[in-house]
Amino acid sequence: MSSENLDIAYVAKLARIALTEEEVARFGAQLGDLLGHVATLADLDLDSIPATAQVVESRNVMREDLERPSLDREVVLAGAPQRQGAFVRVPRIIGQA
Amino acid sequence: MPANISGGAAEIARAVNAGECSAREMVDATLARIASVEPQVGAYLSVLERQAHERADALDARIASGERFPLAGVPLAVKDNLALEGTVTTCGSKMLERWVAPYTASAVQSMLAAGAIPVGKANMDEFAMGSSCENSALGVTRNPYDLERVPGGSSGGSAASVAAYEATIGLGSDTGGSIREPAAFCNLVGFKPTYGRISRYGLIAFASSLDQIGPLTRSVEDAALAYDAMAGFDPMDSTSVDRAVEPTANALREDLRGVRIGVVKQFDTHKLGSDIDDVYDRALHDLEALGAEIVEVELPTADYGLATYYLIAPAECSSNLARFDGVRYGLRVDGVDVAEMNERSRAAGFGPEVKRRILIGTYALSSGYYDAYYVRAQKARTLVARDFAKAFEKCDLIAAPATSSPAFRFKSKSDPYSMYLMDYYTIPMSLAGLPALSVPCGWVTPEGGERAMPLGLQLTAPLFAERPLLAAAHAYERATMHASKHRAQIAEVPR
Repeated sequence: MSSENLDIAYVAKLARIALTEEEVARFGAQLGDLLGHVATLADLDLDSIPATAQVVESRNVMREDLERPSLDREVVLAGAPQRQGAFVRVPRIIGQA
Repeated sequence: MPANISGGAAEIARAVNAGECSAREMVDATLARIASVEPQVGAYLSVLERQAHERADALDARIASGERFPLAGVPLAVKDNLALEGTVTTCGSKMLERWVAPYTASAVQSMLAAGAIPVGKANMDEFAMGSSCENSALGVTRNPYDLERVPGGSSGGSAASVAAYEATIGLGSDTGGSIREPAAFCNLVGFKPTYGRISRYGLIAFASSLDQIGPLTRSVEDAALAYDAMAGFDPMDSTSVDRAVEPTANALREDLRGVRIGVVKQFDTHKLGSDIDDVYDRALHDLEALGAEIVEVELPTADYGLATYYLIAPAECSSNLARFDGVRYGLRVDGVDVAEMNERSRAAGFGPEVKRRILIGTYALSSGYYDAYYVRAQKARTLVARDFAKAFEKCDLIAAPATSSPAFRFKSKSDPYSMYLMDYYTIPMSLAGLPALSVPCGWVTPEGGERAMPLGLQLTAPLFAERPLLAAAHAYERATMHASKHRAQIAEVPR
């Protein structure tokens, strides 16, 4: 485990966060520092250890496929930044630049 | 009888149920207290005057017609990552600064059903990421015991509000210590139940495999009453545990006879300085004097908790916070296409700590690094949980510090990792999903400080053992009464 491959601009692209040049430098250094700390996990012998996603045992939960009331459309759309009729409006998706 | 906002939840509920004091009077007395101390404390992002009055009047009418409620008229502070219908629910973020919740979180709904009345939405570190409340994008909250110091975080507003008598119960959420640490800093009891005990439906997610809702209160009894109201299966949360919940408030103890309390060899308190070490030494003696048997236990992976946590929590956060994309809710900054709109909205809506964690999580989950970071951390998590299981073969509860220091001054932790270290003692329990709480255990005057500041003793129990945990904490609290030994820096509650 090493931080030498940390390309912060690429990661920011994956995370869809526009960073300023100053942020690229600052976050790059801070995340490099954190990766140095988490590298201690390399000391542990984990080859035969199963991964834990969640500690309390749980199973897939199913429910009856029944119609039931949901949130009111007007109430939900009231939280959207931009709407058009009964829809959330977004900028162009197809044929992205 | 005038409304006594300094009383415990049981006392308030008794008076309100008996008609000695109306819920309306409780709410008015609380709102007056809020108006008087908020300029100093800043615990709330919004005060719910109209809603609180409506709920109080409705409750008073139901009580007049003969109904009774276990938390009748108890003023409640709700951390601002918990949805409460009709209230702005910000998560302490510019991203959600104007977002109005269209429904109510199950845990909050349970408190409403028990008769509690939300009086305000409490400040927090943005999206619950932080240990001082300084990462809130929307306000500064100060520690009522020293206004120059932080209240802790991320549930810092809930902690400050209860410590300042602006509420009786505060609801918080704890992912790596966000209830226990602010409780320790503000002289409160802070209780994180077993993962899955309280529904997370309506809690805006940070790290879903770790997040847990719990109360911050001025007594163990109040924490038990809040837990009893909220615990239980909820079909709306697929990780909510379908398992019988035993009430805890009726099982609180006055002694610790027959209880084996483990002290973790790896949690050496000497390195915390002699003042703090003395407080924790004294706490162990007090537990022993109550009849507990102190035994040494080992958590060999204790030092790996932080590294494990700072991969798992950011990974889950990067996934959870992907929903804040400027489309359905929250802030939008326009761009020529959807991708640019997403990038600009997230750049403008998230603060630096949230960005850092999303970036580290995205990296840990990205192609080529997933096994080296994320899967490795999940395996280390298995070891942490196994360590605890082994330790609990030798003891019933584990005693440890809640924090490595009392509340620190604003802006004193400038490098992110020094802030992360604040959660050294609370993270292992979170990784293992265990119920844990902080209870006041003494005071120290920090170097260069003038006021005595509280410390918290962290008690941890095996999975689902909330009942013996709260019972023991109550015995310790009643025997030591540390919380009442020093006063806050703000005006006392008029009696």
